[in-house]
Amino acid sequence: MDFDLSDDDRSLADGMRRLCTGRFPLEQLRRSEGRRSLDRAGWSVLAEAGVFSLRLAPSAGGAGLGTAQASVVFEELGRALVPGPVAATHVAAAMVEGAATGERTVGLLPRPGWGGPGGGPSLPAMVGDLGSLDCLLVVDGDAVELVETGELDGEPVEGLDPLTPMWFVAEIPRGAAVGAAAAAEAIWRDHLVLSGALLVGMAASTSDMAVEYAKVRQQFDRPIGAFQAVKHMCADMLVRTELCRAAVHAAAVAVDQPEVGDSVRAAAGAAMLAAQAADANARACIQVYGGMGFTWEVPAHLYLTRARVISQFLGSSGALADVVAGRF
Amino acid sequence: MDLRYSQSEEAFRAELRSWLAEVVPVLPPRPSPHDWPARRAFDTAWQKMLYDAGYAGIDWPVQGGGRGASPVEQLVYLEELERAHAPYVGVNFVGLLHAGPTIVVEGTPEQRARFLPPILRGDEVWCQGFSEPDAGSDLASLRTRAVRHGDDYVVTGTKIWTSHAEVADCCELLVRTSDEGPKHKGITWLIMPMDAPGIEIRPLRTISGSSEFAELFLDGVRVPVANRVGAENDGWRVTMVTLSFERGTAFVGELLETMELLRRLKVSARRSGAWDEGEVRHRVGQMGAELDALWALARRNISQATRTGVPGTGASVFKLAFSELRQRVAQLGMDLLGPAGLSTDELPSADGGEPLGNGALVELWLNAFNRTIAAGTSQIQRNIVAERILGLPKA
Ligand SMILES: Cc1cc2nc3c(=O)[nH]c(=O)nc-3n(C[C@H](O)[C@H](O)[C@H](O)COP(=O)(O)OP(=O)(O)OC[C@H]3O[C@@H](n4cnc5c(N)ncnc54)[C@H](O)[C@@H]3O)c2cc1C
Repeated sequence: MDFDLSDDDRSLADGMRRLCTGRFPLEQLRRSEGRRSLDRAGWSVLAEAGVFSLRLAPSAGGAGLGTAQASVVFEELGRALVPGPVAATHVAAAMVEGAATGERTVGLLPRPGWGGPGGGPSLPAMVGDLGSLDCLLVVDGDAVELVETGELDGEPVEGLDPLTPMWFVAEIPRGAAVGAAAAAEAIWRDHLVLSGALLVGMAASTSDMAVEYAKVRQQFDRPIGAFQAVKHMCADMLVRTELCRAAVHAAAVAVDQPEVGDSVRAAAGAAMLAAQAADANARACIQVYGGMGFTWEVPAHLYLTRARVISQFLGSSGALADVVAGRF
Repeated sequence: MDLRYSQSEEAFRAELRSWLAEVVPVLPPRPSPHDWPARRAFDTAWQKMLYDAGYAGIDWPVQGGGRGASPVEQLVYLEELERAHAPYVGVNFVGLLHAGPTIVVEGTPEQRARFLPPILRGDEVWCQGFSEPDAGSDLASLRTRAVRHGDDYVVTGTKIWTSHAEVADCCELLVRTSDEGPKHKGITWLIMPMDAPGIEIRPLRTISGSSEFAELFLDGVRVPVANRVGAENDGWRVTMVTLSFERGTAFVGELLETMELLRRLKVSARRSGAWDEGEVRHRVGQMGAELDALWALARRNISQATRTGVPGTGASVFKLAFSELRQRVAQLGMDLLGPAGLSTDELPSADGGEPLGNGALVELWLNAFNRTIAAGTSQIQRNIVAERILGLPKA
C-alpha cells in the first residue's frame, strides 16, 4: 500500500501544469469571454498531450495509464479553468470514434428525469458548448445512447460562466444505443471521478489565491492573514481541498483496482465533496478579497460559476449523498 | 498510488486476525466506564496479552522493545483490532502513545531500561501532566516550578485535566526551570512517580458524569534528576516530539470505530423507518463520504510518513476535520434516538427486542465534545494549519 503520488504522477502533474500555464494562461482564456465556440486549436493541443486518450491501451493510440493518473492530469485542467467538455470527451474516448484524437468533441448528459445514481437534472436541459459539440452521450441506468448534435434543437442563452457558452434544449431525442447498463455505470462513475478532479483543482486554486492575497494585503498595519477570522477561513479552505483530493484519488484508484473497494460509492462521495469544496472555496476567496473579490477583474467568480456548471451535471449533493448512503 | 496491500502486509494481517479471533471472544466483560480501578485492571490485562503475543508497542522501534512495524503495518493492526472489536488502548494511552515513544527517542539507556518494559507489559500506567489552570492552549506559559536540590528537583505547582491520574504510576511532567529568555526556553520534561509524597489528586467530574481527568496539586514533590528526559530547559523541544506522536496515527482507530457507528445508525434508521426521510439518508451519505475521505487521507498521511520517516503536517488537517465530524455523527445518533436520548439508563426497544443502546450513545455524544478541545483545540489546530502549512503570519 502506497497512496502517495509517485514520482511519475508528480512529473505528469508538473508537465500538465506547464502546458496549461503556457498554452491556456487565464489572461488569454479571459480574452475569449463571451465566446460561443470552442478553441479547436487548443482542443487539439489537449488531444496531443494525451488528455483524452490517456487511459486507452497503447494499441488503441493511448498511453495505457490509469484513472489515478488521469485524475492528477484533470486536477491541473481544473486549476487552469481550461474550458470545454474535457471530462466527457475523455470518458467517451473508447466509445466514440475521433474523441481520443480531439477530432470529435463529446458532451455528456444524464437522461433528463433519470433518478438513478446522481439523479441528473430534468428538462428543459441546459447544454454547455453545444455549438462546438459533435455528439452527446446520454446516460441513464440502462444504457448509453449517442445523440448527434445535429438532431438537437438548441437555443443559445447567455451563460452564467463567461467561459462556457450555454444552450437551452427543450427535448433530448433518443439516440443510438452504444452501451448497456454496465457501460452506463462505468461511464457515469468515471465522469464523476474526473469531474471531481477538475473541481479539486479549482478548490486548490481559489485556496492558493486567497492565501497569497492574505499575505500581501495590509490593513490595520498588518497583513490581513494575521487576523484569525481570515486565517481560519484559509485553514478551512485547505482542509476542504485536502479531503476532497484524497477522496478523488481514492475513487480513481478504486476504479483501477476493483478489489480495494466500492468504486461507485467512492466516486459519488468524492464528486460530492469536491463540488462542495470548489463552491465553498470560491465563496471564501471572494470574501477574503473584500471589494476586489466582487469585481469582474478578480477571477474568483469564474471559479464560482464554473463549479456550478460542472456540478450541475453530476447531480445534487442530496442525490449523490443518497448513492453513498445506500452503499455505506 | 496503490491501495493494495503487499504480500507481507497481508501475511501480517492474517496472522493477527487469527490471533484476535482466538482471544477477543473469551475476554472478560468490559468494566463500567466509571469504575477506574476495574478499567485499569482490564486495560493492563489486555496490554499483557498483546505483549505475550508479540504485538505490544507495534509502532515502537525494536531497540525500544517494540515490534518496529512499518506505518502501513500499524494501519493494518488498527484495522484488524477494530474489525475484531478488540479493546482500545484505554489507560495505556499516554504510556504507549506519548511517554514511551518520547523516551525511546530522547531518553537515556538507563531510562529506557527502567521505564519502557513496564509500559509494554502493562505493568505501569502513565498520565500526562502538561496543562495547568493558567496554561492550556498557551502551554509554554506553564508555571509549575522545579528547583534543583542535590540529586532531586523539588516540584511545586498545579496541573489540571490530567487523564487517568488516579490510576497512574508515572507522570510525564512539564515544569519551569528558568524564567530567563523566551518562556518556552525554560521548560524541563520530567518523569514523576505518582506515589511520591506531596501529590494530591482531586478528580474532576466531566459533562458525561465520569471522572475522566483530575487536578494535581504538587507540594514539594521530589523527582530524581535521573528522571529528567532531555537537557534542563530543553523540555519544549522534547514536548514537540511527544505531540508529533499524538497527532500522528493516534486517531485512526477511532475513525474506523466512527465508520462502524455510522453503519449501526443506518441499520437502526432502517428499522425505525427514519431512513425513508431524505434528510436522514443525506446526512448518512454526507458523513459517510467524509469518513471515506478521511480514511483516504489517513492512508495518504501514512504513506508519506513511510517516505519521510515522520508523521507529516497532514495530521493537523486530519485531526481538525475528524474531531468535528465525530461530533456530527454522534449528533445524528442522538437525533435518531429522539426522546430515548433523554434517558441515560438503557431502555427496551419499541418492539421489545434488543435494548436500544441509548445509554452508550448518549455517553458517546457527550464525550464527543472533548474531541475539539483535547490535544489542541480546533481553533489552535486552525492556527497551526494556517501558520505552519499555509505560511500565514502570526497574529
Ligand atoms: C478530555 C480531555 C482530556 C485531557 N487530558 C489531558 C491530559 O491528560 N493532560 C494534559 O496535560 N492536558 C489534558 N487535557 C487538556 C487539553 O490539552 C486542554 O484543555 C487544551 O489544550 C485547551 O486548554 P484550556 O482547556 O486551558 O482552554 P483555553 O486554552 O483556555 O481555551 C479556551 C478557548 O479559547 C480558545 N483559544 C485559546 N487560545 C486561542 C488562540 N490563540 N486563538 C484562538 N482561540 C484560542 C480555545 O480554542 C478555546 O475555545 C485534556 C482535555 C480534555 C478535554
